[in-house]
Amino acid sequence: MLVTIEIDGKKVQARSGAMVIEAADELGIRIPRFCYHKKLSIAANCRMCLVEVEKAAKPLPACATPVTEGMRIFTKSRKALDAQKAVMEFLLINHPLDCPICDQGGECELQDVAMGYGRDVSRFAEKKRVVKDKNLGPLISTDMTRCIHCTRCVRFGEEIAGLRELGATGRGEHMEIGTYIEKAVQHELSGNVIDLCPVGALTNKPFRFSARAWEMRQFPTIAAHDCVGSNLNAHIGKNKVLRMVPRDNELVNETWISDRDRFGFEGVNSDDRLRVPMIKQNGQWKETDWTSALDFVATGLGKIASTSGVSEIGALCSPSSTVEEMYLLQRFIRGLGSGHVDHRLRQTDFSDQDAAPLYPSLGQSIEHLETVDAALVIGADIRRQQPLLAHRLRMAALDGANVMFLGSVGSTYQFPVAANVVVDPRCLTNELAGVAKALLKQASVNPPAGFAESAKAVQVSADHEAIAKALKGARNATVLLGTDAIHHPDLSTLRSLASLIAQLTDAKLGYMTEGANAAGAWLAGMVPHRGPSGSKGAPAGSPISEMLRQALKAYVLLGVEPDKDCGDVRAAMKAMRDANFVVALTAYQSPSLEQVAHVMLPVAPFTETSGTFVNAEGRWQSFAGAVAPQGDARPAWKVLRVLGNVMHIDGFEFMSSEEVRDELRTRVGNAHPDNKTRWHPPRPFVSVPQGFTRVTLVAPHSVDAIVRRSDALQQTTDAPTFAALVSDETARELSVREGQMVAMAQGGNEITMPVRLDARVPRGCVLVYAGQPGAEHLDPSATLTVRGI
Amino acid sequence: MSAQMQATGVALINDASRADIDRWVAKYPAEQKQSAVMAALRIVQDQNGGWLTNELMDAVADYLEMPKIAVYEVATFYSMYELEPVGRHKICVCTNISCLLCGSDDVVKHLEGKLGIKMGETTKDRRFTLKEVECLGACCGAPMMQIGNSYFENLTAQKIDDIIGKLD
Repeated sequence: MLVTIEIDGKKVQARSGAMVIEAADELGIRIPRFCYHKKLSIAANCRMCLVEVEKAAKPLPACATPVTEGMRIFTKSRKALDAQKAVMEFLLINHPLDCPICDQGGECELQDVAMGYGRDVSRFAEKKRVVKDKNLGPLISTDMTRCIHCTRCVRFGEEIAGLRELGATGRGEHMEIGTYIEKAVQHELSGNVIDLCPVGALTNKPFRFSARAWEMRQFPTIAAHDCVGSNLNAHIGKNKVLRMVPRDNELVNETWISDRDRFGFEGVNSDDRLRVPMIKQNGQWKETDWTSALDFVATGLGKIASTSGVSEIGALCSPSSTVEEMYLLQRFIRGLGSGHVDHRLRQTDFSDQDAAPLYPSLGQSIEHLETVDAALVIGADIRRQQPLLAHRLRMAALDGANVMFLGSVGSTYQFPVAANVVVDPRCLTNELAGVAKALLKQASVNPPAGFAESAKAVQVSADHEAIAKALKGARNATVLLGTDAIHHPDLSTLRSLASLIAQLTDAKLGYMTEGANAAGAWLAGMVPHRGPSGSKGAPAGSPISEMLRQALKAYVLLGVEPDKDCGDVRAAMKAMRDANFVVALTAYQSPSLEQVAHVMLPVAPFTETSGTFVNAEGRWQSFAGAVAPQGDARPAWKVLRVLGNVMHIDGFEFMSSEEVRDELRTRVGNAHPDNKTRWHPPRPFVSVPQGFTRVTLVAPHSVDAIVRRSDALQQTTDAPTFAALVSDETARELSVREGQMVAMAQGGNEITMPVRLDARVPRGCVLVYAGQPGAEHLDPSATLTVRGI
Repeated sequence: MSAQMQATGVALINDASRADIDRWVAKYPAEQKQSAVMAALRIVQDQNGGWLTNELMDAVADYLEMPKIAVYEVATFYSMYELEPVGRHKICVCTNISCLLCGSDDVVKHLEGKLGIKMGETTKDRRFTLKEVECLGACCGAPMMQIGNSYFENLTAQKIDDIIGKLD
């Protein structure tokens, strides 16, 4: 319902129940404020937004005064301005006059408002209070004397993060914002309080004292570390990205970004950036120029093609490469005559890839996740893998949705969780089959072919019944396969069962993929069995597992560090080492590439190239380079274009990345993926496996080469640890204590690590983070033997 | 939450205190357990000899299933919660307007002289703590003080000596 109000003489229609400040904001009438924030609850404690309302005796706070029919509001009348100026004076009483040494100076809401409403000279001659700074960890810097107690950060913790870490302790003049007991804030969205803080009390720690707002230029870009594709602004000074801040996009990230998207970019300024092309000659790395390097690549690949055949050439790329890069890379390899291209570096089961959808999509919009009334999330540590999708599901859960988890890492969630089933990875299919069995029973539907035989031994537990009931009873349900499910050795069965469950409950089936651009990779044809836009891939090639097993003669790597990015590190490193020719298009001089590559071409990370990422919901988001590439680095799409030309392959005449994108975009047209997968009869399900199982987790700050080089993120508690993580129960069974060394053996290899207790790990399992030294000797989710030493 | 509860220091709250807290919890709707936080803090403070440790506040947070910081906020806001050890007898002297007009300065001076400590301090033998407080709502009996759960009004030097003399 609408009401008519008048603000500063302008008649306007406003939603009944809206606050005066919202109506004014919509009209573009600026009312000063500190505590009000459109995404947070109303506190009305700063009093800065006092306005005059006709027939009201005293000025009223615009943020907490609902509009009513015929209301007349004056935001700039004498009465309003006097009230605002008085509040300003009170707020400044205890605020230090230290703008010249404050990091917020120049982009400070208090400074701006004080310019308009403050007095020239303070009348406060008494002593100002001083508040001790707090140590909130490696990401957020504090200067608590500057705090004006707006409590935005406190409300953010309670309402958005769901984890109350900050609070207001003490009373009156002794009130302080902090954690009371010193501790680092731990939430994956914690950095957002930096943007929320209207003063210089909470600032960006790694960015501290690097530049003033007016010394930097702002360029829009897209986050490159998860499938959400958060909208960012990159702030550039001295031709370097100095920080990332969120750019509002209600449909994608609202006004938030994850800490990984805010601080991860640090890696692009890492010291080990590759700045010039390098060639390995007689085992020695030598710097060279681009022409020689590209000739070297062309000659090397040409030689392999003529002596061993083109099918001895394969290409792998990071799932966070741009659409343009992947489109050109697959065209280059296919142009040479080989079909061996893949981006699914950690995936292990490719058996049903022909039945896979056009691209693994969320199956709904990101915004839609907030409105589901039941969600089953399979194989995902969603808070760490896609923090903003977790945030959307949290909103749904607070609204009463049954959000349920089934996986091998028992994370904790800051919302009511209807079920959290944590099992040995080898039992994951069994558990999902249990849910399917419960559903089939409840719906009295005949099971699909082969299900009954395979699921004969599957016991339907109370959890299965509850999950089935919640999904079936929901009008708007979703079943989501997460990153861990996609890496699971029996992905095909998980996919098949999830599809069956989705079908039986009329739920939307979705994927939460790895990297920034897995969807784009499928569309660009960076998969061996399909060309661009899902066309018949000609010539057909092998998926990564086969490519590594076959030990090809030549590999082209784009943005891949084989010892860190591949699921099977051992196979990857062996294949690379045995290959005759390895070309690395890389932003970094990685030790592993120095070991196995024969030529390293410096390419630009996402901040230095134009490109496009397609997020999980299928949204194409293009961006321009925010800074010039460092050293002699070049955007990878340009390098590939020139390589195509040098090797006389057709279809490399593009003048801009937009042309590359547009060509693919035209080919894709309006094609949408249908995530439903054909049923295929599964293998018998295992309920109680023998022996111990390794659980693998890719730490949130290890997902790509850039974030691995972000010092700030590596100092957080989410950084991976060199340890064998087991639950209390498992530790007792093994008779080991925290800190004691254990030996883990598998297939003749043995590695030792210290034990650490971690309640997230299911019984009978040992969690070893991916990429830890020695971890490559253990299969990501297979049996191993463990003994204390 | 329940697994977390077991893992933390809820055990620090003894059975008698727990029964007492449960009586307060029962007064509120089941999903608003945290309404009992003030009573719970008072109960565990009494259990602990008059002051709250961080561990006890954490225990209350876990017991009432609320964020720890929310308990710290309450405990630091109200002056009746002590976050440092106090003497066996906490003497709270009102120095607010009515008591001030009726001579609370003399009460303070007498107590400080008699016990040899300043406001906010504790005697070496840990018998007494002196604390300056705001209005306790007994203006008609000003000047006044509170020791333990009792109010003492219309104070004079003689009366203070008598009261202190009777304490162990």
